[in-house]
Amino acid sequence: MRYGRTWLPALVASLGLLLASTATQAGELRGTGDLGVVIEREAGSLVIVEHSNRTTLARVEDLGDFSHASVKFSRDARYAFVFGRDGGLSRIDLLTGTLENRVVQAGNSVGGAISQDGSLVAVSNYEPGGVHVFRADDLGEVARIPAEFGDDGELSRVVGLVDAPGQKFVFSLFEAGEIWVADFSDGDEPDIRRFEDVGKQPYDALITPDGRYYIAGLFGEDGLVLLDLWDLDAGPQRIMDGYGRGEEPLPVFKMPHLEGWAAADGKLFLPAVGRHELLVVDPDGWQEVARIPTHGQPIFAVARPDGRQVWVNFAYPDNDVVQVVDVADLEVAHEIEPGPGVLHMEFTPRGEQVWLSVRDEDRVEVYDPDSMERITSLEAITPSGIFMTWRAHRTGL
Amino acid sequence: MSDSIRLASFFGGVALAITVAGVSAGEIDEQRARELQHLLVQECGSCHGLQLTGGLGPPLTPDALEDRGDTGLKAVILHGVPGTAMPPWKGLLTEEEAEWLVDFLREGL
Repeated sequence: MRYGRTWLPALVASLGLLLASTATQAGELRGTGDLGVVIEREAGSLVIVEHSNRTTLARVEDLGDFSHASVKFSRDARYAFVFGRDGGLSRIDLLTGTLENRVVQAGNSVGGAISQDGSLVAVSNYEPGGVHVFRADDLGEVARIPAEFGDDGELSRVVGLVDAPGQKFVFSLFEAGEIWVADFSDGDEPDIRRFEDVGKQPYDALITPDGRYYIAGLFGEDGLVLLDLWDLDAGPQRIMDGYGRGEEPLPVFKMPHLEGWAAADGKLFLPAVGRHELLVVDPDGWQEVARIPTHGQPIFAVARPDGRQVWVNFAYPDNDVVQVVDVADLEVAHEIEPGPGVLHMEFTPRGEQVWLSVRDEDRVEVYDPDSMERITSLEAITPSGIFMTWRAHRTGL
Repeated sequence: MSDSIRLASFFGGVALAITVAGVSAGEIDEQRARELQHLLVQECGSCHGLQLTGGLGPPLTPDALEDRGDTGLKAVILHGVPGTAMPPWKGLLTEEEAEWLVDFLREGL
């Protein structure tokens, strides 16, 4: 008894026909500043979109398992590097709409980062636990960093991989409870600095937009761990310890992403774990300044580029709702129901549009965040992550 | 036979009877079965992979579950695994639905 998505091939075929006609018009000159990609989770494909006229330009298929996928952009914002769950690393040309290179570099991977100078792409892996580094231009292998820990060389799964100034990659070891800084400024042999005993089970991390602070969330205990990259000798510091202590946490049906952190009005907005709240942190002293009650377990908290709003989506079974926090008074000001399975939100560079993926209805919705009105809707097959090229020029993204 | 074993076999018999009755009575209708399959692929798939071949969570393929008993798997679904990211689903799923999922996993996607 299996309910296959029998309509899926038909949809792919009809969209494919539609897209083929636009993709063949390559050759006209155009920029990439208004481009983006939308991951098609179940189909293992992605669509290339543009946000000036809000249209779909091309589809790229056969990219592997996108149960979990993320995207980084080359420094010229022409190429997208796509990291799939199956260890696949794909390099896609946004202008021609074609897959340029693809390597399956591990058995099970979770994310990636591109170096400050744009020459290196790093991938964080669960299996085998570690980080693999490739040349951005041809995906040739540069380095393997096994995440060995303990006395018998066990490998830890790696999470929270980000780029940092000074040609560094910073990442966390889930089982080991460590943070490593790999410095590639002297060439392809990284200088690695290890920080042990940072806390139990770091599960994701962020780097502040200036590239100074690396902050990892801890699954195994209440609190966060902070590394000041301006002063590595100070080592990791625990912040916001004891958050929620004594309270019975709620079940977490999906792990929040810290990568989708929001910085607005001089504060950081982070999803709480096991609580239907958004945490507001003042980076001056790293104190919690507020908790904003939300509709469900927050997954992503995304700031509008001007910092006035933070958009929040939620874990199952509340993933049909999106709430908008007004940063001026730290309260939920709007709530919308775009449809079942809202997995991701992405603003255009100056924030006049926000794009939402509605997985279970095969749509990407575009909203005006001032009027809260829907502007348009684009077809995509089980869309998840939406990534626009402005990320090419942001540390940590 | 000790009392506890007798008790266990009694409850085992009751559970078996309920299971058989559940299947024959078709307590999980087609609509709900569709929803459960969607839940398994999309929500469980976030950690266990869309093909259930593993991710943050372990693989849930028939081979991977071969040595695990039905009761234990049902307990994991309903009560989660403390100290890991596996949450308890008992607030969202009934016992019958958890059993349906175990049967479904045994068959494979």
